[in-house]
Amino acid sequence: MEKLLSVDDLRIYFKLEKSIVKAVDGLSFDLNQGEILGIVGESGSGKSVTCLGLMDLNPQPPAYYPSGKIVFKGTNIMKATKEQLRKIRGNEISMIFQDPMSSLNPFLTVETQLCEVLIEHEGLTADQARKKAIDMLARVGIPSPDRRITQYPHQFSGGMRQRVMIAMALLCRPKLLLADEPTTALDVTIQAQILDLMKELNREYGTSIILITHDLGVVAGMAERSLVMYAGRIVERASTKDLFQKPKHPYTHALLKSIPRLDEVRGKKLDPIPGLPPDLSNLPGGCSFHPRCPKAVDKCKQTYPDVVTFDPTHNASCWEVSA
Amino acid sequence: MSHETLLQIKDLKVHFPLPKKMLEKRSVVKAVDGITLDIKAGETLGLVGESGCGKSTLGRAMLQLIRPTAGQVLFEGQDLTGLWKQRFGVFGVWSPSEIMRKMRQDMQMIFQDPYSSLNPRMTVEDIVGEPLKNFGILSGRPLREKVQNLLEIVGMDPRYIRRYPHEFSGGQCQRIGIARALALNPKIIVADEPISALDVSIQAQILNLLERLQDEFNLTYIFIAHDLAAVRHISDRIAVMYLGKIVEISDQETIIKNPKHPYTKALISAIPIPDPDVEKSRKHIVLQGDVPSPINPPSGCAFHTRCPIAESRCSQEIPVLRDLGPGHKVSCHLV
Repeated sequence: MEKLLSVDDLRIYFKLEKSIVKAVDGLSFDLNQGEILGIVGESGSGKSVTCLGLMDLNPQPPAYYPSGKIVFKGTNIMKATKEQLRKIRGNEISMIFQDPMSSLNPFLTVETQLCEVLIEHEGLTADQARKKAIDMLARVGIPSPDRRITQYPHQFSGGMRQRVMIAMALLCRPKLLLADEPTTALDVTIQAQILDLMKELNREYGTSIILITHDLGVVAGMAERSLVMYAGRIVERASTKDLFQKPKHPYTHALLKSIPRLDEVRGKKLDPIPGLPPDLSNLPGGCSFHPRCPKAVDKCKQTYPDVVTFDPTHNASCWEVSA
Repeated sequence: MSHETLLQIKDLKVHFPLPKKMLEKRSVVKAVDGITLDIKAGETLGLVGESGCGKSTLGRAMLQLIRPTAGQVLFEGQDLTGLWKQRFGVFGVWSPSEIMRKMRQDMQMIFQDPYSSLNPRMTVEDIVGEPLKNFGILSGRPLREKVQNLLEIVGMDPRYIRRYPHEFSGGQCQRIGIARALALNPKIIVADEPISALDVSIQAQILNLLERLQDEFNLTYIFIAHDLAAVRHISDRIAVMYLGKIVEISDQETIIKNPKHPYTKALISAIPIPDPDVEKSRKHIVLQGDVPSPINPPSGCAFHTRCPIAESRCSQEIPVLRDLGPGHKVSCHLV
């Protein structure tokens, strides 16, 4: 399969008054054409910052990139000019956010916001753009789109707003869709609708999707491959199947054991992960997970573990697992 | 578990009037519309449903934090709805009477957002000690010792009493909220989405804490959440709500394994299971459309607009909650 995106040793730090927050610290991964990649992690694990970083959208300062290379279809995004970036953003890579209300402009009609993308990137006339926008709204399942397009975001429900966001993101048939917690703010029955829609569009248009979420259930049903992030680094990567069935990293393991499942046996006690997620401006030495890790040994406190490879698609960073 | 009924809810209604428009009849939001429930001492009842289904309003109306429009809430046989009194004559405001204030010691609440439910200008000691001070139970040194003891019970360092809420993480703030709810030794605790604002790895800590406290203090919980997996984990019985009404209620095993109402079925199938193999072989029922507005709920069965098996009579007749075996009640014409 063809490689669409490759990220190599990406570091995104934020310079604060007294400290440096290492939000993303040495991230490398590849994404193939048409693939859905899941990124799992808790808040503060750096998944959203990564997502913004892929489009060079982190405000600089305070953000800065000590190292890293993001190659999208042969273009290094980190070296790209403003002009090049403008052509990529919203056209070849687009993004949907967690909260659709705060990512749509409340003062503009949906029509204005949707057509803007088409007029900017494809040079369509207002009429052509409107027609295309209406088609896309219909495609994402908004009833009577020709009437709805004239309305303002507040006239839509949460699920409908997320559909508008998806329609906007897909108008230019992007090669890559970055979905940052796209269903977290939605009810479960609406979440099911939106996930279904994303899967359909992935099949139909061949759009690659990076799906960022904290919900392991969502990843299980959507992604072919998944990355688990903890404190700005990837701790485990595997096919989603292996990740759930043969988790290797103690964090992945613990995460899977700590969530209540609908199909679990009644009366089973949950195994919570002790302690708190680490403070990114003051990370523990060695492996960042060691203060909460049941398997931690002295070595874990001193040196960050090497990557242990189990098979070509499955590896984890931990001293205490063996291939 | 003892089987005496602690809280009895009879045909409870909470309607919120909307501002009246000229030449139009005043419309109301029927947030809770005729709910009858018995809650036994020592059990955990889970309330699930999508946003806007009235689950939080029901929880608050149970504790009389909102004055119900109609119906009764009996706590150990005493009708709480009769304990409101109107000040300043017929047009005055309704306020709780002194008796109700006393009874509130037995009924406490845990809130969703751990930050906004704690006063940022108060120290942990003030927050957790406030209920005890308010009811004049303890003061001075014994109060401080009690607060320290409560913090230990919820798994926090008792030395933190001088700190302010912003110095804690979300999970720790939630523990402080739980300590405050426990301060008066309540009999019933309404937990309104207590874990949904927390990180995944912290949610299990709080769930386990709630379970341990229930055993230790013989508490009765009303656990309100939209996360069916978590509700299932902690509850003995589950009530599923849709637009102000209970559509199905049973023990948690039956609700998950043998749901009867089409809405319950859809809700369960919509919840992703963290296992790719299971997820692949599962059939998802994807409901069309959104939850209708509770201002003008659909006629007949409120669910008929999204129901995959709706018939013509569903839009005309309102279904009643029928018994389908021990403790299993469903309100649907077609089961």
